[in-house]
Amino acid sequence: MPAERMTPSPWLRLLVLVTAALGINYVVWRWLFSVNWAAWWIGVPLVLAETYSLIDSLLFGLTMWRLRRRPLPPPPPPGATVDVFITTYNEPIDMVMATAEAAQRIRYPHSIWILDDGDRPELAAAAAAKRIRYLTRSANWLDKPRHAKAGNLNNALLETDGEYILVLDADQVPEPEILDHTLGYFHDPKMALVQTPQYFVNVPFSDPLGSQAPLFYGPIQQGKDGWNAAYFCGSNAVLRREALMQLGIAGYVHAVEEGVRRTLYVANKIIAKARSQVGEDHGEVLAALDAVRDAVHQARRWIHEDRPLAEVTYAFQQRVDSAARSVVDADIGLMRADLDVIAALEDRDEHGPTTVIFDDEALETLAGREWSPLGALESIRAMIRAVDVGRDDEAQPMLPMATISVTEDMATCMRMHALGWKSAYHHEILARGLAPDDVATMLTQRLRWAQGTIQVMLKENPLVQKGLSIGQRLMYWATMWSYLAGFAAVVYIVAPAIYLIFGIMPVQAYSWDFFGRLIPFLLVNQLLFIIVSRGTPTWRGQQYSLALFPVWIRACVTAFMNVYFDRPLGFAVTVKTGQQGGSIPWALVKWQLGAMALLVIASAIGIVQLYFGAISVLGVGVNLFWVMFDLLILSVAFQAVRYRGHQDQGE
Amino acid sequence: MVEFTSRTMQSGVVVIRPEGRLNMVAAPSLRNELRTLVEGGSTRLVVDLAGTDFIDSSGLGALISGLKIARQAGGDLRIAAPTKQVTAVLELTNLDRVLHTYDSPDGAFDDAS
Repeated sequence: MPAERMTPSPWLRLLVLVTAALGINYVVWRWLFSVNWAAWWIGVPLVLAETYSLIDSLLFGLTMWRLRRRPLPPPPPPGATVDVFITTYNEPIDMVMATAEAAQRIRYPHSIWILDDGDRPELAAAAAAKRIRYLTRSANWLDKPRHAKAGNLNNALLETDGEYILVLDADQVPEPEILDHTLGYFHDPKMALVQTPQYFVNVPFSDPLGSQAPLFYGPIQQGKDGWNAAYFCGSNAVLRREALMQLGIAGYVHAVEEGVRRTLYVANKIIAKARSQVGEDHGEVLAALDAVRDAVHQARRWIHEDRPLAEVTYAFQQRVDSAARSVVDADIGLMRADLDVIAALEDRDEHGPTTVIFDDEALETLAGREWSPLGALESIRAMIRAVDVGRDDEAQPMLPMATISVTEDMATCMRMHALGWKSAYHHEILARGLAPDDVATMLTQRLRWAQGTIQVMLKENPLVQKGLSIGQRLMYWATMWSYLAGFAAVVYIVAPAIYLIFGIMPVQAYSWDFFGRLIPFLLVNQLLFIIVSRGTPTWRGQQYSLALFPVWIRACVTAFMNVYFDRPLGFAVTVKTGQQGGSIPWALVKWQLGAMALLVIASAIGIVQLYFGAISVLGVGVNLFWVMFDLLILSVAFQAVRYRGHQDQGE
Repeated sequence: MVEFTSRTMQSGVVVIRPEGRLNMVAAPSLRNELRTLVEGGSTRLVVDLAGTDFIDSSGLGALISGLKIARQAGGDLRIAAPTKQVTAVLELTNLDRVLHTYDSPDGAFDDAS
């Protein structure tokens, strides 16, 4: 076998440059000379959608610019210790055990842990019978936010001690050589992650649900790798414990700093308010409030002087304690009412009665309320306890796996890169898993990934993260950008329909100028796809990136509402009927069906108008071709809803 | 394997001293040790780091867990006499923003007695 090049060939780079040049040439021309401003309400959306697609193409080209096909790594570092984590929540016991038994056959020495978030005694027994270690959440997690899979991994990280961690989803059956082929990358002391492909065995060649991602687990990850931005995909990856724990420490320090600052800020407001309400005859109470106010001021001054927060909070607590003790004789009845409010706040929290989460809403309630003086003291004390330096709002002070998103993997990896760690993509299938085999599950899964990605985009936008290189920022951004495709897809569906129905053109003319610029760009763009994917079929992926437009839009909207208005993401796809009964779940693809109906009706109207000579032959021809293309893309919906799982697995 | 020696001062403060490498292998036992102490009623703890010639993030994690447990019990955990490597790691991870390092274990609780 000839040695693979580490960098792409000059020809590939030339193709990337030509694609970029043709694309920019087209879109700039569109903006300057071709928008039909008279019909701006469709002309502008269309040129925006095209600009979106151009940027997507440019980011893809940038990814391919550094396509990196790594040679086999050296053998593992001597004496490396490895924990294999098999994460499960509700998967069948047999499936989990099949993965665990395959993990027992991994050649390199390791310890296997089944991390069962479902806490199932049957699984514990099955694991014990095979002498496999079995873990569930510790008591610390009672009544605390659980953070799904990230929480499951965080819990296990504190119970284990291997230098490296192989993470496997319950269905991902590993090959015996998985560690021998990946640990070698860790000779580099800054290497934190080695990701291998996710490959699914229960998928036919036609892949009606678009489960395989040959473009992603191939050129895209290899391209990101060239920019040191190959990222963690949640399973089939080996991580360096030290990198994760360092993330946990950094996150802990950050959370404590933020928490203490915020609480002291609100405490100051509460004191001022309480003080204004106390009559001059309550000398003792006034003195106590003044003492607390001084404590707040001292704490803020100390923070300003960069004194360690453990010291600041300890001193503060001592002073508030003694101030509170000095007024125990004051009216207990008044205080009782206030304590009830604090208790109510605690109850309000969905995570459970013993947690006080001082989110913005809670802080506002506390600051806005009329307090009895003693109640004010008590509320401040409750607050400072809630943040303290123990991070009591969380089960563990350290949460190495990021919990800002429902997809913990990308956020975690971005933080590792920001701390200066490296990652590698190892392009060899070393674990084989099971893809969803019905359309409802597939849609839920895609929605979840998209929501997670958009959450990270909104909460920790890679473009402004300190510590990331420009290339890394753009590589993370490229993935997030691709999830905005739903809005462009709507325009691409609606624009030809509007022309065929109303005869309104979004562009000034379908001229030689127009096609002469557009068509070469589209052709080289496809050529680039074909060349980098080396013949593996990527059409299904391209189809789904447009055809799932309702999912992408819903993900964007729900993630936006979640991040800025604290609304739940509401995962569940509500229509779950029909899968067992054998009827086809048309409702799941109603938007796609509606779009197809619109396009067919519009085409009929267009042809009738053409017959009466109302609109131009060229215009109708172009738009009918466009409609055909849209229909071809959307037609995947039919294949998806009719799919009944891969039948012939017994080969 | 890391070793811990502990002594109780007259004030009731317990000083625990890990010897050697406080890394991912040693961290769980330090965490358990600290938990056992707090559960046994010793809520004021000093971790004397003079004999710790290496600490990693897991080791720091054990200190943070101990701090949390001690605070919850109304006490505190403090660290004293770190070696150069330990100081460097505290600075690298910004944990020095939270934990103050005291020069000697004996003086670590002077403010609170």
